[in-house]
Amino acid sequence: MILIDFFSWLGLPYEVSWTIGTAAMILALVVGLLLTCAFILLLDRKVWASVALRKGPNVVGPFGLLQSFADFIKFVAKEVIIPAGANKVIFALAPLISFVLAAIAWAVIPVAEGWVVSDINVGILYLFAISSLGVYGIIMGGWASNSKYPFLGSLRSAAQMVSYEVSIGFVLITVLLTAGTLNLSKIVEAQAQGWFLVSHLFPMAVVFFISALAETNRPPFDLPEAESELVAGYQVEYSSTWYLLFMVGEYLNIMLMCAMVTILFLGGWLPPLDIAPFNWVHGFFWFFIKLWAVFFLFAMTKAFVPRYRYDQLMRIGWKLFLPFSLVWVVLTAAYMLATQQPAAG
Amino acid sequence: MPSGLEPLLLEYLPIILFLGIAIVLGGVLMVLPLILAPSNPDPEKLSAYECGFNAFEDARMKFDVRFYLVGILFIIFDLEVALLIPWAITLFPNGWFGFGSAMLFLGILTVGFIYEWKKGALEWE
Repeated sequence: MILIDFFSWLGLPYEVSWTIGTAAMILALVVGLLLTCAFILLLDRKVWASVALRKGPNVVGPFGLLQSFADFIKFVAKEVIIPAGANKVIFALAPLISFVLAAIAWAVIPVAEGWVVSDINVGILYLFAISSLGVYGIIMGGWASNSKYPFLGSLRSAAQMVSYEVSIGFVLITVLLTAGTLNLSKIVEAQAQGWFLVSHLFPMAVVFFISALAETNRPPFDLPEAESELVAGYQVEYSSTWYLLFMVGEYLNIMLMCAMVTILFLGGWLPPLDIAPFNWVHGFFWFFIKLWAVFFLFAMTKAFVPRYRYDQLMRIGWKLFLPFSLVWVVLTAAYMLATQQPAAG
Repeated sequence: MPSGLEPLLLEYLPIILFLGIAIVLGGVLMVLPLILAPSNPDPEKLSAYECGFNAFEDARMKFDVRFYLVGILFIIFDLEVALLIPWAITLFPNGWFGFGSAMLFLGILTVGFIYEWKKGALEWE
């Protein structure tokens, strides 16, 4: 930690320099995340537009690159409307909770070797817990609005998120069985011999990807926001930056899911092949490229897959993914015990 | 890192710091338009959105019991996942004995799963 050393060298007590150094690192991560979020939002719109033979945002800045920043300024300049019938405290807390939970999940994501805010040894469990809490922001927002569309939207959204959380949990267990650790950095290192994507975990990568779409309310599973029926789901009554926090939280969650796919199945910061031209560049570059590649898949799915019906959605989650991933947990455990030697130590 | 704390707890200190920074950032973003943006509330603007109608009644109405059912099923399976995690990372030390125990546990839950499937708890139409 160069920063901590620097502040200690300035003569500050260790506790103070540790706090400043760590806070600076966290701020750098948050700023990086928000900037990435701005451009990933643009990519999302551009891909969607291109598939529909439109141009997408192209006025603000070259190729519309500054569109998200213009949108941000507009959000800040808009009036905050709190409906008369709303429960005001809960109404205000909901977007904050959504944003904060989406942000702090990134604390355990290793974006390159050693580049992680907190390398806790139960990283997966932490992510599992934080993403379970994400439902609260949505339920609180929908309920506190005291309006029918947000209420129905939040019910749908919560049911959908918890349903797919179960299959995500089982997919995580198959990865844990293979990697033998809960630490995200070590899971990446376990893939030095070959990505988990090209192993017995391939079907689980597919299940995880589709569940991630449902978990983040992305199309084709964007039923809570089905604009033809529910206008905009749980966010209907929100305006200004209060709405923006929901949206940023949602995109941070989508990026988190892309990062999880990258870490669990695509070898995180590891280069595709550990040979000369590939391992010259820093691992962060590979992580970043993979994150964008996975998000491109998310964007393409949004662009050309039609929306599912709610009963179809629940059927896939409970009757297809859940039994399938459950069986795969059993098979993976048996396969690992039968063929692999215990890892050293 | 600050001394005097358990090393295990120290790892979580950056997360607490992160939590604080995220709350401050989110709070600032929420307060900004309250200061910068205009505010002219009127009763029409503050009424709940209902496709141009005046709101008929309170929005906290009855909802389908299946949402409740999904919530209960989620708790069971999420706990199952949480209980399987320690087994998953100690797969090799526990060996086939651990495998058998986990299968027994999964088997009991699968019986419950088949029961709720047959009872129609997973039907949505």
